[in-house]
Amino acid sequence: MGKLVSAFVIGGLFGLGIAVSGMINPAKVLNFFDIAGTWDPSLVFVMGGGLAVAFVGYRLIFARRKRPVFESAFALPSKKDIDGQLVSGAALFGIGWGIAGFCPGGAIPALGLGRAETLIFVVAMIAGIAVARLARTRLARPAVT
Amino acid sequence: MTVFTPFQSLLGGALIGLSAVLLMALHGHIAGMTRILTGVIPPVSADWKWRAAFLAGAIGAPLLIRLAGKDIEFNVPVPTLALVVGGFLVGVGVHFGGGCPSGHGICGIARLSPRSFVAVAAFMATAFVTVFVIRHVIGG
Repeated sequence: MGKLVSAFVIGGLFGLGIAVSGMINPAKVLNFFDIAGTWDPSLVFVMGGGLAVAFVGYRLIFARRKRPVFESAFALPSKKDIDGQLVSGAALFGIGWGIAGFCPGGAIPALGLGRAETLIFVVAMIAGIAVARLARTRLARPAVT
Repeated sequence: MTVFTPFQSLLGGALIGLSAVLLMALHGHIAGMTRILTGVIPPVSADWKWRAAFLAGAIGAPLLIRLAGKDIEFNVPVPTLALVVGGFLVGVGVHFGGGCPSGHGICGIARLSPRSFVAVAAFMATAFVTVFVIRHVIGG
């Protein structure tokens, strides 16, 4: 129970940060990418603030603790390879981000504002994740003929 | 037009960073929205419960701010078709690219992960080009 309350509060902090930073607003995100037009450099400050805290915080955690409070071990991404899948996936992500102005971290908290546009984006994004997951499973295990 | 907000954005970013640090210290996880969200999409992962709680909190915070009477600027300047196409591309891309701006951009770079540096460079580059093309080449 404590674990779920903790996750809820930490998620709330994330949503609060997204709202306060302005990254909940697709118009603001898109303006960051529009240097030739209505440029709004705010996103750099969001990244700067987030990175500064996470960089120091992660180091303090890993220096002082062998395991997290609620779990037996840290679940860190183990993949190291920089391959075509990483680069093409990220490139495709950026195109979608530039078209819609939403990213997952901005869109999920934006659902709390109760607007249909956000829901449309999130449903399309979940469809994309589901299709990609299916495609990857098929690629990994070719059908036996 | 949106107003440049260096202080709020820095503060909001720091809150996102704090959320990432607490999620690591208490739960041992990276605060990547994609990774957290994917675990609650069927077939759900075994540990879907904390993920659902995190998502509920993330959605609840802006809702609470609005209920408290504070306004949150929100404007979607693109047509529905762009939301559908963009959303689908974001979903496919985020799956193969292994993360989004919160996972790669903040958590990954804070861990100095080479994969994250490459991913952030790639999605930032294509987002800049995409917005330039849409606003100044097609829409120019």
